[in-house]
Amino acid sequence: MAELTDKTIAGLREGIRGREFSAREVAEAYNAAVAAARGLNAYTVETPEDALAAAEAADSGKATGPLAGIPLGIKDLFATQGVATTAGSRILKGFQPPYESTVTANLRRAGAGMLGKLNMDEFAMGSSNETSAYGPVISPWRRKDGSNAALTPGGSSGGSAAAVAAGIAPGVTGTDTGGSIRQPAAFTGICGIKPTYGRCSRWGIVSFASSLDQAGPMAKTVRDCAILLGAMAGFDPKDSTSLDVPVPDWEAGLSSNLKGKRVGIPMEYRIDGVPDEINALWDKGIEWLKDAGATPVEISLPHTKYALPTYYIIAPAEASSNLARYDGVRYGLRVEGVKTLDDMYSATRAAGFGAEVKRRIMIGTYVLSAGFYDAYFTKAQRVRALIKQDFARAFEQCDVILTPTAPSAAFGIGEKLSDPLAMYLNDVFAVPASLAGLPAMSVPGGLDGQGLPLGLHLIGPELDEQIVLNAALAIEERAGFTARAEKWW
Amino acid sequence: MSVSPEQVRHIAKLARIAMSDEEIERLVPELNAIIGWVEQLGEVNTDGVEPLTAVIDQKLRLREDAVTAGNIRDEVLANAPDAEHGFFAVPKVIE
Repeated sequence: MAELTDKTIAGLREGIRGREFSAREVAEAYNAAVAAARGLNAYTVETPEDALAAAEAADSGKATGPLAGIPLGIKDLFATQGVATTAGSRILKGFQPPYESTVTANLRRAGAGMLGKLNMDEFAMGSSNETSAYGPVISPWRRKDGSNAALTPGGSSGGSAAAVAAGIAPGVTGTDTGGSIRQPAAFTGICGIKPTYGRCSRWGIVSFASSLDQAGPMAKTVRDCAILLGAMAGFDPKDSTSLDVPVPDWEAGLSSNLKGKRVGIPMEYRIDGVPDEINALWDKGIEWLKDAGATPVEISLPHTKYALPTYYIIAPAEASSNLARYDGVRYGLRVEGVKTLDDMYSATRAAGFGAEVKRRIMIGTYVLSAGFYDAYFTKAQRVRALIKQDFARAFEQCDVILTPTAPSAAFGIGEKLSDPLAMYLNDVFAVPASLAGLPAMSVPGGLDGQGLPLGLHLIGPELDEQIVLNAALAIEERAGFTARAEKWW
Repeated sequence: MSVSPEQVRHIAKLARIAMSDEEIERLVPELNAIIGWVEQLGEVNTDGVEPLTAVIDQKLRLREDAVTAGNIRDEVLANAPDAEHGFFAVPKVIE
């Protein structure tokens, strides 16, 4: 029998139901793997007893849901009752939510257990997991040049991505504001989907940019993502932007037959400076989808180049407003020994926030300040409307869009940290779909010359997660991506 | 547009983040690089384009004006750095 930690969620589910192995054996195997992989710095909190309790419920027949006995890793952005939730920030040190986020409550109701909380960029602001107060996550992948240089797993869901890639969680939650599920999935050779904005409740997820934040799953396979997303999604009256629409059975709807489907290839995504091997993989992806029965069509998304600057006005603006709540009064850190209330706020926020979070709060405060609001924030909202309109027009000519996920493979820890703009540019292909609220997914396509994973990116029309999953499945079946990070940790 | 050290100091004050002069000096070129870069949006003709506020078209729901999660004072205060007599406690505001 293959190692339990090599199995997919679908495989674990089948094995537990068929009594080939017990849920307890699964939880024990993963708990041991988690404890043996601390060198990756993927988990900020380990909760082995939680995984065991869910396993007992599955083995005794008390839990019968679609994820009965499946242990999952949870990004530290999700509030988990009684378990430290810090969003990777010093300012939330010691915060133990008295409530559970809707998404994790949904997963628990489906029978899942929790292996622990996963490291992430502070408040999900970053593309390399280097801004975390817990220090960077180390990718399980290494370049094959023998240098053993530590690579980033991407971000902000870096702990989530590393955990799946290293076999220390069969599936995890992530969140995606401007690529934070898809870019790390691409960097670590796994799958990850951001659903349509509003599919997953934001209630109990620490807010970054509320008009963009969406939760989604990351796992080894497309099928596993479909299973997890089905359990995570659903209407929630506690989130005012939650969509009151039925949740389809995405797993049952999986089909890699794309006959009659048109795949849009946006010419604006052929940008300078992208390595040839990424463009070559994109071409291969087109061939794979043709082989699955789809017809490629060239499309135009004319405002693509303005997506990143639009994002870097809107996201910091919303963040500066959302993060105003960290004031040392209601939860988390408080710096004592200052005279006035105002000094307490300023000293607490100076000590509690890291450099990137401060930078974004400053940008956000500036673009929202009197005299600049219209020139920056309202302007960005107008351009965002044009970006959304670009996609609406494109989807009159095609059913799904194929692009690369990221303009590079995983980079080294420290390589981009000193240049914020270079870091921001890594999300160039991911951000437009975020601004338009569309479902989008990364699926592994192959390895680059250094032996590092590269991802392909599928974007669908709103509420059509199924076409995204199905096109990803067609790629998964043809790419034959079986490479795994060689264990060194 | 570009920001001066005085403006950055003012923004830090608005954002309630204490900053040393060195931090301000370091942030000025960083913020100016980012601001200069986002200003390329000025090239886009947005005449007659309504600002997007809801990315997926939907109406805000109304709910009954009723308490849904009341009587949990102690839970609300459980994570406070300082709580007294059932209230959040802060440094003295009035002399």
